[in-house]
Amino acid sequence: MTNAYDMGRRQSATVGDSLERQGITRRAFLQYCASIASLMALPAGAAEQLATALAKARRPSVIWLSFQECTGCTESLARAHNPSLESLIFDLISLDYHHTLQAASGEAAEAARDAAMKENAGKYLVVVDGSVPLGNPGYSTIAGIANIDVLRETARDAAAILAVGTCAAYGGLPAAQPNPTGAVAISTLIKDKPIVNIPGCPPIPNVMTGVIAHYLAFGALPELDGLGRPRAFYGETIHDRCYRRPFYDQGKFAETFDDEGARQGWCLFKLGCKGPVAYNACATAKWNGGVSFPIQSGHGCIGCSEPNFWDAGSLYSALSMPASPVTLGAAAAAAGAAAGVAVTFFNRRKKAAAKAGHETTTLDDLEK
Amino acid sequence: MSASLDKGVRVLKEMIDAPIASYFSSCVHCGICAEACLFYTETSDPKFTPIHKVEPMRRIWQQEYTLLGRLAKLVGLAKPVTDEELGKWKELVYDSCTFCGRCSAVCPVGNDIVYMVRKMREGMSAAGHAPEGLKGAVTRTINIGSPMGVKLPAVKAQMKHVEADYGIPIPLDQEGAEYLVTLSSMEIINFPEYLGAIAKIMRHVGKTWTLSSEAFEATNAGMQIGNSDLARVIVARVVAGAEKLKVKTVISPECGHAYTALRWEGANLIGRPFTFKVQHIVEVLDEFRAAGLLKTEGMETDRLSFHDPCQLARRGGVIQPQRNLMKMVAKEFVEMPEAGYMNWCCGGGGGASSIEEGEYLRIEAFQVKKRQLDAVKPDRLVTACANCRIVLEEGLEHYKMNLPVVGLTETIAEHIPDPE
Amino acid sequence: MDQLQFLTWVRGPGLNLALLVFVLGVLWRLIEIYGLGRKTDLSAPRHVPGASGWATIARRSLPAPGLLKSSPVTYIGGYIFHVGLAVVVFLFAPHVALVDALVGVTWPALPSQVIDFATVVTMVAMVAVLVDRHVKWAKRFLSTFGDWFAWLLTFLPLLTGWLAVQHLLLPYTLMLALHILSVELLLVCLPFTKLFHAFTSFGSRWFNGTMNGHKGVPV
Repeated sequence: MTNAYDMGRRQSATVGDSLERQGITRRAFLQYCASIASLMALPAGAAEQLATALAKARRPSVIWLSFQECTGCTESLARAHNPSLESLIFDLISLDYHHTLQAASGEAAEAARDAAMKENAGKYLVVVDGSVPLGNPGYSTIAGIANIDVLRETARDAAAILAVGTCAAYGGLPAAQPNPTGAVAISTLIKDKPIVNIPGCPPIPNVMTGVIAHYLAFGALPELDGLGRPRAFYGETIHDRCYRRPFYDQGKFAETFDDEGARQGWCLFKLGCKGPVAYNACATAKWNGGVSFPIQSGHGCIGCSEPNFWDAGSLYSALSMPASPVTLGAAAAAAGAAAGVAVTFFNRRKKAAAKAGHETTTLDDLEK
Repeated sequence: MSASLDKGVRVLKEMIDAPIASYFSSCVHCGICAEACLFYTETSDPKFTPIHKVEPMRRIWQQEYTLLGRLAKLVGLAKPVTDEELGKWKELVYDSCTFCGRCSAVCPVGNDIVYMVRKMREGMSAAGHAPEGLKGAVTRTINIGSPMGVKLPAVKAQMKHVEADYGIPIPLDQEGAEYLVTLSSMEIINFPEYLGAIAKIMRHVGKTWTLSSEAFEATNAGMQIGNSDLARVIVARVVAGAEKLKVKTVISPECGHAYTALRWEGANLIGRPFTFKVQHIVEVLDEFRAAGLLKTEGMETDRLSFHDPCQLARRGGVIQPQRNLMKMVAKEFVEMPEAGYMNWCCGGGGGASSIEEGEYLRIEAFQVKKRQLDAVKPDRLVTACANCRIVLEEGLEHYKMNLPVVGLTETIAEHIPDPE
Repeated sequence: MDQLQFLTWVRGPGLNLALLVFVLGVLWRLIEIYGLGRKTDLSAPRHVPGASGWATIARRSLPAPGLLKSSPVTYIGGYIFHVGLAVVVFLFAPHVALVDALVGVTWPALPSQVIDFATVVTMVAMVAVLVDRHVKWAKRFLSTFGDWFAWLLTFLPLLTGWLAVQHLLLPYTLMLALHILSVELLLVCLPFTKLFHAFTSFGSRWFNGTMNGHKGVPV
């Protein structure tokens, strides 16, 4: 990994140099570029251009901050099933600080962060996983420094921030009701830097590296949607691209996880699949080196890349399903009947009064 | 001299019932009732849309009998019904509605609109907004005995004429007769041939019958003006007469609304079921025919058509009997388009013909009748309502159509063979 | 509130609230209307086959003789949009699934393509009746704010549902939420607008049929 000592050497290298030194073949690199290009729906031939641009790009300094998180996002990246591709991330960047991965510890670790910030002021990228607690600064600290302070300090001279994972992007699990730590998303705290949200629990490794590759190759962050996500990866719902979609259109649904429909691979909508409301690339990029994704293994999408998905009702009740209407319906019926009976009581009294007030009309009474 | 808005509103509150509340709740403003109303189709004036004619009653229902409407009224959001407004509605509730009931027959959500107009008239008359013509008719009926001012001596004089002309005695106040024959004053004054025809037919079928000196008039201007109290006074005369003479059946004359007043409203007006049967003369004749009592000879050779009085057919359920009778005597019987259940009104029913200021409307509305007649071009038009007959004659004259209108009963009577 | 929170609200508390108001409103209004009662008819009835309230409930679904010609848009447009609404509301798979989840009753659904077609046809018919309301004299004269509002209440669920399924205009999550919200709006308003004819037209037909049936007229 990296340390303060050899940081300077690494800074000077281009991506191409680094690849060469690591013994990565051009073929493997091109394969990686092709997968990123297809994921971002770039036109044909773009992979070659991407590879050329990437090889020439200078490796940026990256400071990785982990706050209230589970390290799943790092795991997603570091322990990818097929390390030869996704682990390329570590050859694209100069990872100067990551408290889980770095060898250095204690003061040396923090010194590495300081050094990287000073040397690359205005140019380094900050990757954040995890949310920041606002309830009490002591809830989460690194080297005795509250998360919020680390974030503010590190973000000050950053070129951009990548909020990786649903916690960093939207608050995630720590922010789920009742949100005991007062957890907030990175974008809540930092307003003056470009922030790319890469939500998911965890995000797809290729999407994380793809954003960095885009930044390196094109010198700019990708186009974002209203929720700060790169459109290239989060432009469509899982449902849109799901291979089980035809079954949905035909109205063929698995009713339980072990029925004939489930065995036939029918749509999991009724079992609570959140595919229709989850914007992510799982159905196309897939996981574990393109092997599968949750729906393919027979479980509905839980919509983990959507804001507040933890609080969006049961993972296993269908999207069109309300919470608990039957008891309420009975109560409403009783209340409605009571209201109707009450109105009728007064209506009948009023009508009876009108009748009692009837004066038999004579011919004279036809005139005013 | 006590009619007032308050009284009108009170009466409407008394009138509004579940059907009316249901009808108002169901209306979707589709406008189909307008297409069924001859006053709309012939004038294209949307204010004659039937459901619009009861708009003030709708607001009273809403403001008095719905929770939301009451709340709106409480906070001053409801538009109250004013006397001036009811004054404006007179033309809609009286002049341009003949109770023909085509709107009630077509409404897709099932609203019986004419039922509502009938109730609306109760409020209108109590509020002093009944037309002068109808007030006159009801005053004459209550005070003199008939809307045209006919008194018993006039009836007796007519009886004498008929006895002389037909050579058949006309029974009066004959207790225990099977049938009590009632008349409309129109028949007493304009169409005495009706009485002669009855006499001839009754002798032919061998049934006992009688006129009543206190129940000769069957029409009910009280019902037309929409006042149950007055309508009750008038219908009670017929009930008293029938019960006094212990007849089995009261025969309603060739008059549509008299049939409705006796057959359907009567028992409800007096508050108890009748002890006798009420039948329209056309029903009675058809019964005689079916029983083989009525035998006619010879046929009319000219082209005849039949105009169904609304109260008899659409609102009264008598549609086939008149056709059976027509076929007995007409070689060439042609049906007008939409004849029978959906026949178009003459334009003067429901008391409208007594409203002078509504005459221009009746003439306009008659165009639909003209189209119906032009479609089949009969030589003569038969009907079973003296009021239809008068209104038709007026319309035909205005449009310079040379088409005689005759009563069905007299047409049948002409084919009764003379006794041996 | 983000899109998913919005969707969560509309299909959770929102739907509960809407169903509550709907059920409460329907019962209250039905009792308020029919609780007024009516007098028994003392006249002697005439019995004719087919002259009854029940027969009229069925018969009034057909156009009255001669009226199809004078109100073609009202009738044809009305049929298409009522039938279309029923098809879309009751035969779309997610809707069937919803009812199944709510009350445990299920029935076969139609393929999405058929529903899609029915939705478009229904919307076209609704636009036609709207134009007709504007153009046709008597209809325009009768029209109040309530008529235009009721049209919108009925149209919005169709439009938002269709847009959601087609993934047009807005992200699916937001569109689905708006669709459910528009249905909730419809449910809340139905008992208190002319849309209540969905319930009372049966009562009205029955009253008309039974009162005229008493006279032996099969209206």
